[in-house]
Amino acid sequence: MNPVKRSVVTTTLVISLGSWFFWWATDGFTAFTAETARRVEILRSPRPLPMVTLEDQDGNKISLQDYEGRLLAVDFIYTSCTTLCQSMGMIFKQIRDLIPRESLGRDFALISISFDPDHDDTASLKKYGQAYGADGKIWRVARVPDKAELKSLLDAFGIVVIPDEFGGYEHNTALHLVGRDGRLRLITDIDKAAPFAEQVVALL
Amino acid sequence: MSSPTLPRDVKYGIGLGILYLLLGTPMARDWLEATMSRHMLVQMPLLVILGIIGCRLLPVRWQNDVLARVGGSVPCVMVALFASSYWMLPRALDAALTEPLAEVGKFLSLPLLVGFPLVLAWRRLTLIGRGFVWTNFISMLAVLGWLYIVAPVRVCNSYLVNDQEHAGWYMVIGSILLFVWWLATLFIGSGVGPNKPGGNGSGTTLA
Repeated sequence: MNPVKRSVVTTTLVISLGSWFFWWATDGFTAFTAETARRVEILRSPRPLPMVTLEDQDGNKISLQDYEGRLLAVDFIYTSCTTLCQSMGMIFKQIRDLIPRESLGRDFALISISFDPDHDDTASLKKYGQAYGADGKIWRVARVPDKAELKSLLDAFGIVVIPDEFGGYEHNTALHLVGRDGRLRLITDIDKAAPFAEQVVALL
Repeated sequence: MSSPTLPRDVKYGIGLGILYLLLGTPMARDWLEATMSRHMLVQMPLLVILGIIGCRLLPVRWQNDVLARVGGSVPCVMVALFASSYWMLPRALDAALTEPLAEVGKFLSLPLLVGFPLVLAWRRLTLIGRGFVWTNFISMLAVLGWLYIVAPVRVCNSYLVNDQEHAGWYMVIGSILLFVWWLATLFIGSGVGPNKPGGNGSGTTLA
């Protein structure tokens, strides 16, 4: 093969392989960040969640599997958070108020899970809940006392928590919907409360 | 033959190998990957540089041989372009931290698919070819840095949003410095232009 021909052939090969790789690595040029990738993957294949023991603001021991047969909205918080989690509380409240009253608790529930069991005891969970009207039935605020279980839960949801320089945390914040089968099926941005509620209503 | 005096290039090669292994130790990785700036702007460039030096240590005959086999400098530049672009994706950074396979991929691809092919191609590239590689790289760095500064969202789940902004500024500043330096070499340097005749293929200096 003459050099020019060889160059053309390998260049074409490199460009095709390279483009295919980019297409593959970005889920068809849609997911350039790990956060988008997590959402795309959940939509494609709803993910089962691990069995972990949660403790709610009233000290009840529950698990996410107790919610099977109902739709469940999940968010992750820590109660000493001064920024985003405060608006998370408002957003969850907004979602709850957009769901028909007769479905609340019976067919749809909410849970805010703290990833900071060291600082969040049941008292601080209760205080957080009271601030936004989380009643402990329709909307629970819970912690995962066991560290290993907490990690497996965060991993399953794809939540990455990193300490910031002010003694708090930064984490990927989103609205999560767990289906009746107990699988995580939808993740959306926190500023999409109304569309999220619409999705829930459509599934009721 | 247990010669006490190894050839110089072999010694350098061993040193390079040790450096590479050192970069791969958990301690070095933890430290270099703890912030986005160090990960993108120290560790990754170091891996590429190791590849560049490593390739230049190979006998020139081998380099020419490989270059001829793969079809010249154009495919080499393309490979380097694809591989380096991939590692600029925020998703790739996160993956390197959370998936061991991606981390291995990073340690292999940056030296072998960016450093090596660049060296192979460089000698055969004309001034225009080198200019393409430089301006392409500099503009990519600047645009990405600017994106990181203005992005309203955190692009990496593993890094603080402040960190992203810092990395962005370093990239923008770095791209400006690189551009100025490259421009200066055009006027006063001798390494950027095509090989001087009779250079015996030793003019592999990057820029």
